[in-house]
Amino acid sequence: MAETSHKEETFRVGETELRVIKGGQGKPLLVFHGELGFPGWLQWLDVLARKRTIWIPLHPGFGKTPMASWIMNMRDLGAFYARFIREQKLAPVDVIGFSLGGWLAAEMAIANSAQFSKMVLVGATGLRPPSGEIMDMFTRTARGYLNASVIDSRNNPEFAKLFGGEQTPEQFEAWEDARAETARIAWAPYMYTQSMPELLANVAGLPTLILWGKQDPVVPLSAGELYHQKIAGSKLVTFDNCGHMPEVEKPADFIKAIESFLG
Amino acid sequence: MHVMFFTERAYHAVPEDEVFKIRSFFGVPNKFFDAQKGAQLLNEYIDEKIMCDELGFDGLMLNEHHGTPFCMGAVMDVEAAVLARATKRAKIVLLGNPIPTVANPLRLAEELAMIDMISGGRLVPGWVRGAGSEQLANNANPAYNREYFDEAHDLILAAWTRPGPFRWEGKHFHYRFVNPWVLPLQKPHPPIWIPGLISPETVKWCAHHRYPYVALATLLKPTLEMFNMYAKIAGDLGYQAGPENFGYLQPVFCADTEEKAEELGKNFLFGGGFSHFARPEWMFPPGYNSKEATRRLASQAANPNLPGHGLLDHDPENDAELQALKKALYGTYPEWLRQSQMITGTPKTIVPKLRHVLEVLRPGIFSFWLDGPAPLKDRRRCVELLGKEVLPAMHEIGKELGLTDPFQVKPGSRQLSNGKAEPVGRPDLIAESTLGA
Repeated sequence: MAETSHKEETFRVGETELRVIKGGQGKPLLVFHGELGFPGWLQWLDVLARKRTIWIPLHPGFGKTPMASWIMNMRDLGAFYARFIREQKLAPVDVIGFSLGGWLAAEMAIANSAQFSKMVLVGATGLRPPSGEIMDMFTRTARGYLNASVIDSRNNPEFAKLFGGEQTPEQFEAWEDARAETARIAWAPYMYTQSMPELLANVAGLPTLILWGKQDPVVPLSAGELYHQKIAGSKLVTFDNCGHMPEVEKPADFIKAIESFLG
Repeated sequence: MHVMFFTERAYHAVPEDEVFKIRSFFGVPNKFFDAQKGAQLLNEYIDEKIMCDELGFDGLMLNEHHGTPFCMGAVMDVEAAVLARATKRAKIVLLGNPIPTVANPLRLAEELAMIDMISGGRLVPGWVRGAGSEQLANNANPAYNREYFDEAHDLILAAWTRPGPFRWEGKHFHYRFVNPWVLPLQKPHPPIWIPGLISPETVKWCAHHRYPYVALATLLKPTLEMFNMYAKIAGDLGYQAGPENFGYLQPVFCADTEEKAEELGKNFLFGGGFSHFARPEWMFPPGYNSKEATRRLASQAANPNLPGHGLLDHDPENDAELQALKKALYGTYPEWLRQSQMITGTPKTIVPKLRHVLEVLRPGIFSFWLDGPAPLKDRRRCVELLGKEVLPAMHEIGKELGLTDPFQVKPGSRQLSNGKAEPVGRPDLIAESTLGA
């Protein structure tokens, strides 16, 4: 499969040189990666890039974009990206957030829902699950966390391509950077904002799609259901026999759900 | 020369196979802890320290770990408080309080001040970052470990030396009223020593603060390299490092016969021994290491300095694998002895071996380390022999070699000769057999 061409660009946000992976054509689509960084250009990005210009900023401190020591919580990171969106004149922009990236999108929507036109949350952290717990990445190795986050890590070609094989020193270092930055902003309470259920009322009116693996071992589906309940007018789509990475575990269903929502 | 005694206060009644099963002391479920047995052991360890004081040891060294049968001293200051009143002469040396894991450093400043007062000014506090697992056990964010360390250190010293009341508005700590009404007896504050596993960042920090650096049972060659890094930085800062700037901890097992001493020493490998089993996800929590240290780790799964590393790359899946691992691990014992990581013998044979270590490293501080599940009478005999026969010999060697301790020469007070730092120690004396990794 030919990959859509994409390249890395640098944008200045305050004192920070923000690295952004950009590819495709058409209306911008902002993608927020999760707690272990940008995994690589996946199949679903290839499909969406035919109609949309994909912007994937690499979060400060996750390796390529240098750490900004003033960013100490999710509100800080959200405010950083609010500035980026304003200065690049992207608003209102469609956004997709994965896991920790979903939490980021939700925090930004709470602060100012007008900066987004549509929002997609995929297995988003950010809420304390009404039942079950968010799997703790900090008591596992990066590799152990990834393997435990999907239903079948051994028989998925895209997963194997992304994360299989021997761990290279570069990969180890990138994962350690990602883990460290995630710890800075999400150590305790782990991966959620206490007041999120009340604050989500501010998101009302923003078209929101919530995507979740029914068997997500990282963020229990109960959190997805709570997002759905608290964001008025939102739509919840679940994938059966699927863990925390529907974009890798159920790519066809995932692409279909996103395309029909974004139009 | 300041000679101390140290033990981890281990809970040796833990079934050893439980440690091997997860290849880690940290994380063994506490259902295996029996408080009756624990109480007995803790009191035996305190009695042992009192015995050391009576035998004439210069220092009683304590440390702190959490959530592990490897060390029951989860709140070291409690033990130090007991020793402050129950002992008469020896310094109470805390190496060290894991300050990044303490949410309220002001309370720590108060605890230590009380210990110093009760002991009549015999406290030597020290600080550590805490092992990776300590961050998890205390839920202290490892990504801010260094920042917590620096700020807690500054706050404690300010609480001890700056007239109160004052406010503290730091990055991580915030106090509206710092005005402790318990202050250390020693002025301006008790002497501070820092222990470490030869991390360059800590060595540099110590040299800048002129704090003695105590290497914890690390191999001689890299230890001496770090001492010399310290000495070089000291030179850049305008002072000559001397023996009073350095310390060394070493496992030493003494008995009436060679065979008995070897048997005692082998117990040190119980459960995999010191640092043998370190699960990376617990030893290296997120952000705990500097970028440089992460880069070093990227090419090595764990500390390769220690014999026995890499015996099995996964948890034992069945009893046969577990027993094979155990056998392989105990099989590394000769290597420990060969690398001088551990010294065993009778007083007569131990003293020349210790002399070699002192000649090479030239530390002003030395601590014996006794650990392993030995019968009480063997432990007591070991301490007695060390105190009555080895300790006086160490003091003599110290005098002969000019190994000044921090109470004889103030660390950092030595002038440079010709404006240039002299190297420390004697790398040329490191025998082939002790080159290590």
